[in-house]
Amino acid sequence: MGVTVRIPAPLRRVTNDLDRVEVDAENLADMVDAMEEQFPGIKERLIDETGGLRHFVNIYVNGEDVQFLQGLDTEIKASDEVSIVPAVAGG
Amino acid sequence: MAFASALKCRECGREYPTDPLNVCEFCFGPLEVVYDYEAISRVVSRERILNGPLTMWRYQDLLPVDGDNAVDLQTGFTPLMKAPNLGRMLGLDHLYIKNDAVNPTNSFKDRVVSVASTKALEYEFKTLACASTGNLAGSVAAHAARAGMTAYIFIPADLEKGKVIGAAIYGPTVVAINGSYDDVNRLCSELADTYPWAFVNINMRPYYAEGSKTLGYEVAEQLGWQAPAHCIVPSASGSMFTKIWKGFKEFEDLELIPKVHTHMHMTQAAGCAPIAEAYEAGVTRVRPVKPDTVAKSLAIGNPADGYYSLKTIQESDGDATIVPEEEVVTGIQMLAETEGIFTETAGGVVISGLKRLVERGAIKRDEVTVAYITGNGLKTLEAVEHTVKPVTIDPTTASFEAEVLSA
Ligand SMILES: Cc1ncc(COP(=O)(O)O)c(C=O)c1O
Ligand SMILES: [Zn+2]
Repeated sequence: MGVTVRIPAPLRRVTNDLDRVEVDAENLADMVDAMEEQFPGIKERLIDETGGLRHFVNIYVNGEDVQFLQGLDTEIKASDEVSIVPAVAGG
Repeated sequence: MAFASALKCRECGREYPTDPLNVCEFCFGPLEVVYDYEAISRVVSRERILNGPLTMWRYQDLLPVDGDNAVDLQTGFTPLMKAPNLGRMLGLDHLYIKNDAVNPTNSFKDRVVSVASTKALEYEFKTLACASTGNLAGSVAAHAARAGMTAYIFIPADLEKGKVIGAAIYGPTVVAINGSYDDVNRLCSELADTYPWAFVNINMRPYYAEGSKTLGYEVAEQLGWQAPAHCIVPSASGSMFTKIWKGFKEFEDLELIPKVHTHMHMTQAAGCAPIAEAYEAGVTRVRPVKPDTVAKSLAIGNPADGYYSLKTIQESDGDATIVPEEEVVTGIQMLAETEGIFTETAGGVVISGLKRLVERGAIKRDEVTVAYITGNGLKTLEAVEHTVKPVTIDPTTASFEAEVLSA
């Protein structure tokens, strides 16, 4: 059993409409690579040219913004829930 | 429908139809409404605006909806008041207060929600929803009531009573969440993917945000068709700040006003100042913070428009000010005692921020300066309760003389 990743609507075209995917990974950078193997094209939507998280992408591990953790180096384990959320609201 | 022609990704420029969409599928960039300005310039004029209603809908040519169908509580065209007493205190000869606390639900949020709810009806949504730091909650609930829509309001559990009751009274489902606004926001983003609801600040966001441009148009019109030298604006997500600037620039491009030389100054409270901190550090990437501020309406730790706000500061040669927490209430008191306007904590951040800008020499005595007061003090009584001491006496002259006059 792997980590569950919640996929936001704008990415579901790439994940064949799946709103959750499971991947085996030990940290977020691995997770993105593992997802890219299953769903080619997803990585460039999440990661910018410098290898960092894109400006308008937020990733949460069990509800905590990974910018408060170790960013893409944040470790994850099988029971964790990872959520990808566009940075778009406010008010 | 109006002159909105498409949605466009602010990052990669890809265009999308004017649907209930807010994010680019290719780069996650936010989508923004684009207009056919050539067509607008053929119809728009000062005269046409002057003949319009005395509400924000006088600018309907520049909004992404048809004003005739607007969900309209008569929002906007709020007073721009000269503030001579506060001006004297601060050393400014031309200080104005844009008093947007007198909108139907007592904050500027009615501007954005009027557009968003109109758009939601246009798309035939039955439910209006939002993630709110407080003011948006009341506005969404009121507009949903007016439009006959169901409403779901999501707020952090620690909000001021006036904001919770001021939303609940219109009959929505109010959901308080154990967490910060950023937690509420994340939850709502997930819900917005699941339920067929119009979240005004999520899937309606490109339209919603445009409503704040009217804060720019109005001030320019009220100053006799010119933009001011300085604007002082409180920010949470940073959206309004960028849209006031956009409003001035659109008026300039349409030749409704002369060239704009406005300096846009943003203010945030020390307990939640991610955008101002990025400005001070000279970086373009806004690092999120965990908010801990008395200015709860501004408590967004991960501001979606932070990056564009920094661009607005740069383009307008403005700056950003961080107001110490204890000066938030001082700012509220200053405005109340000098001009008779009772603002909420966001307005306290504006007035104290303005004071700092003047002291720092960023604003000169003879320059036209507009302080944006965007919310009403009656909604944040908890913040100032400890500063006032009404006297209670017996109904006798003796008691009055002893306990009031000799006290
Ligand atoms: C009274 C008041 N002023 C200003 C703001 C900031 O708005 P923005 O998120 O567009 O920066 C808010 C946001 O909730 C508010 O309630
Ligand atoms: Zn894009």
